[in-house]
Amino acid sequence: MTQALLREIIDYANRANPYPLYEELRKAPVSHDGDGPYVVSTYYEIQSLLHDPRISSDARNLKATGDDPLGQSAEDEGTTLPPSFLKLDPPDHDRLRRMTNRPFGPPHTPHRVHDMREELGGLVSGLIDGIATTGNLDRVDLVDQFAYPFPVTVICRLLGVPHEDEPRFHVWAETLAASLDPDPDADPTQHGKGAMDARMELGMYLAGLIEERRKNPGDDMLSQLATADGPDGAMTTMEALSTSALLLIAGHETTVNLITNGMLTLLRHPDVLQRLREDPGLSVPIVEELLRYEPPVQLLPQRTTLSDIEVAGVTIPKGASLWLILASGNRDPKRFENPDRFDPDRKDIQHLGLGSGIHSCFGAPLARQEAQLALSELARRLENPRLLEDPPQYRQNAVLRGPRHLPIACDGILPQAA
Amino acid sequence: MTGEGRSDGALERLKREGRIVVVGASLAGLRAAETMREKGFAGSLTMIGDEPYEPYDRPPLSKQVLLGNAVADHTALPRRRAIDADWRLGVPATGLDMSARRVRLGNGDEVEYDRLLIATGVRARPWPNAEEGALKGVFVLRTRDDGEGLQQALAAGPRRVLVIGAGFTGSEIASACRERGLDVTVAERGAAPLVGALGGVIGEVAAEMHREHGVDLRTGVMVTGLEGDPSGRVRAAHFSDGSTVEADVVVVGLGAQRNTEWLAGSGLGAGPRGIACDAGCRAFDIRGIVTDDIYVAGDVARSPHALFGYQFLSLEHWGNAVAQADTAAHNMLSESADRRPHLWVPAFWSSQFGVNIKSVGVPPMGTEILVTQGSLGERRFAAVYGYQGRVIAAVTFDNCRWLPFYEHQIETTAPFPPPFATVDRRPEGHKPLPADFPDPSVPTHGPTITLSGYSPADRKMTFTPGRP
Ligand SMILES: Cc1cc2nc3c(=O)[nH]c(=O)nc-3n(C[C@H](O)[C@H](O)[C@H](O)COP(=O)(O)OP(=O)(O)OC[C@H]3O[C@@H](n4cnc5c(N)ncnc54)[C@H](O)[C@@H]3O)c2cc1C
Repeated sequence: MTQALLREIIDYANRANPYPLYEELRKAPVSHDGDGPYVVSTYYEIQSLLHDPRISSDARNLKATGDDPLGQSAEDEGTTLPPSFLKLDPPDHDRLRRMTNRPFGPPHTPHRVHDMREELGGLVSGLIDGIATTGNLDRVDLVDQFAYPFPVTVICRLLGVPHEDEPRFHVWAETLAASLDPDPDADPTQHGKGAMDARMELGMYLAGLIEERRKNPGDDMLSQLATADGPDGAMTTMEALSTSALLLIAGHETTVNLITNGMLTLLRHPDVLQRLREDPGLSVPIVEELLRYEPPVQLLPQRTTLSDIEVAGVTIPKGASLWLILASGNRDPKRFENPDRFDPDRKDIQHLGLGSGIHSCFGAPLARQEAQLALSELARRLENPRLLEDPPQYRQNAVLRGPRHLPIACDGILPQAA
Repeated sequence: MTGEGRSDGALERLKREGRIVVVGASLAGLRAAETMREKGFAGSLTMIGDEPYEPYDRPPLSKQVLLGNAVADHTALPRRRAIDADWRLGVPATGLDMSARRVRLGNGDEVEYDRLLIATGVRARPWPNAEEGALKGVFVLRTRDDGEGLQQALAAGPRRVLVIGAGFTGSEIASACRERGLDVTVAERGAAPLVGALGGVIGEVAAEMHREHGVDLRTGVMVTGLEGDPSGRVRAAHFSDGSTVEADVVVVGLGAQRNTEWLAGSGLGAGPRGIACDAGCRAFDIRGIVTDDIYVAGDVARSPHALFGYQFLSLEHWGNAVAQADTAAHNMLSESADRRPHLWVPAFWSSQFGVNIKSVGVPPMGTEILVTQGSLGERRFAAVYGYQGRVIAAVTFDNCRWLPFYEHQIETTAPFPPPFATVDRRPEGHKPLPADFPDPSVPTHGPTITLSGYSPADRKMTFTPGRP
């Protein structure tokens, strides 16, 4: 069957600038061809589907054969990790997310993210100092030297995963992230197998850590997930494993892109970069606008209909696969004035960059804080930064979209603030 | 811009140098004032409020403030912009001369207006026996001062608190008491807490919540009298079932009365049920004729809602006050063709016993209820209310992220019971139950919503004049 649409979204040629394609897509809120997914591209339709209880996130409802690295289909049960809450519906989703939230955010842990501020600031300063000491300011790769190591270190510390193991799970994380990328041409068995192996290995690695934390709990989240016993009871070992795997991977693969997309956008808008340099407080609206303008998660390819649903005059049949193109909704002119303009002064910015509804980004408060700190410090300390390649080289992934490298040059690096 | 060609420029003049008076300097009044300035109103703006404070927020008073987590005088409403107003605080408006376009103040002053916005809200219904109500330790909860007083009384560690009335405010107070470790008795005339607002099925869930948190909940009883000690401090309450409860703090949560007495004799259609206005927030006079210079917004307003059969709704909801204020302000400064209706879908939230409760639509119109997601027993669910085969309202307990979906169902008059499958549908969600609201002909204490069925075309529309 033809799946031209799907191909086009996946097509690497559109990676550097997928927005013209999205604009084309938005001519109809819902597109569908062949036996491919129903693709929804307009803001209000996406927004309402994210709040629609007739839509399932449970991969087991997908009749499609697509592999699913973060939650395998029922037949795999027992041989690999159970689905993380990202791939579950209520009530299981609610229970696991709630239990994960207990050691992370309000109401039980209202200060966790805020209290990391100083630590995050230290990491940012350290990484920028590191760039300075390499001495080569003619070519700095902002991804490898900054945007990747920063959030990865943060998620390791938060979870209590030893940072020296990072090279090992980096490989697994990459494999899993890549397998999120729906590729119609890939051999499904091969594609799925690699992801499954990576998932298994990651699971075994985490199982060892969790075992150890059960005996010697610290105040990291792994310990808390492993030992918590609140009103919802305790997580099973398998649940704790898939939850920590989810956090680890999400912590790896999203904030990196937010920061990189952010610097790229700022370098393309030197006036805004200059304003941020003078006023770090501007990082708050800048990050919100970035989440609209260049969201790190471009689309959600894992939703299924539980009933026939009418969306903008199209009946999507029960059991269909739905793709919600968040990044397209974010540029919908019916919702945002001048949507293709990067404008941190925008009012009323309720973007889809972090999703919406019960699956809205779990790590949002942390991601926001990381990106705000990173961008304002880079803006303040890099002297006369400029892009060496525009567009830069992108990663393959159409879902988690971002540059693989972001080569820049600058004249110097200012010292840390006293 | 739109006005120029069409009118004699009166609107432009109003915007440039007109006089706008807002009576009621709280949520609705402030938001309306901000919108008027936003829309370029450059004339004089007078804000009249009988409380001595600048606008503050009430919802925290029964929540964070009672827990001691927030201080009552730190609940000032955030300003969306400067409004450059002449503030007359601590002075009530005492009369209105509609033909001379003048508001009389308690200190004898008079203020002239070209446009008037009335946003005087409601006040707590006091204990019916004034002498008993004046005993030390007896509280109502509406104002910042009430909140501060009650919080101090709770901080002093009373042996028992009695809450009379288990509506939203009463339930929130009971919840705060328990969280502070205080013994609390709740007396409710109805069969369960929240029945007036959400019906008996949900009321049962609320009752369980009270009991599980150690509230001594007494339903189906009335408090017949309060008793003081010789020093004039409350010490006990007598119940209709013959029992007595000893309590040193009593909170009267019997709902609210509209602040309309000051309009008695003015000719405006203002009475105990509020001030009737059209969907554009323009007040009716007692003849049922709409005024063109007097607008109403917030808790004190009653306005017809197209989505609910043009019934006049009066809503004591924070979100309604904001939305209606916005509409009123817009319309006050618009030509008639540019005016907008107040089409806000009623929405309400509460938090009690650690549970986040939200509703949309008009639950008391519902005759049936269906739990579409989650479970009543787990106290985590979404339920929809049905009225004549359509979805008329929805309520969620700890499940509010789905609410926009149900709001859309209400807006599009979707069929009831919902014919589709949803995530988290349980066996109990397969058949609708009677929603079980109390008989509306029997007065209950302070329902959050009062409905009365006048259609706009109904010539027999009558208003009970305000009693002095
Ligand atoms: C304790 C408490 C908890 C609440 N919790 C919630 C909640 O969780 N969710 C929710 O949706 N809503 C809640 N509400 C309701 C919400 O606060 C009201 O809907 C909102 O305050 C209405 O605003 P308003 O401006 O119309 O009226 P008000 O806030 O009542 O303001 C009217 C003002 O006018 C003044 N006034 C009256 N008469 C005169 C006069 N003659 N001259 C001058 N001034 C006068 C009054 O003193 C008052 O300051 C709560 C209310 C209370 C009291």
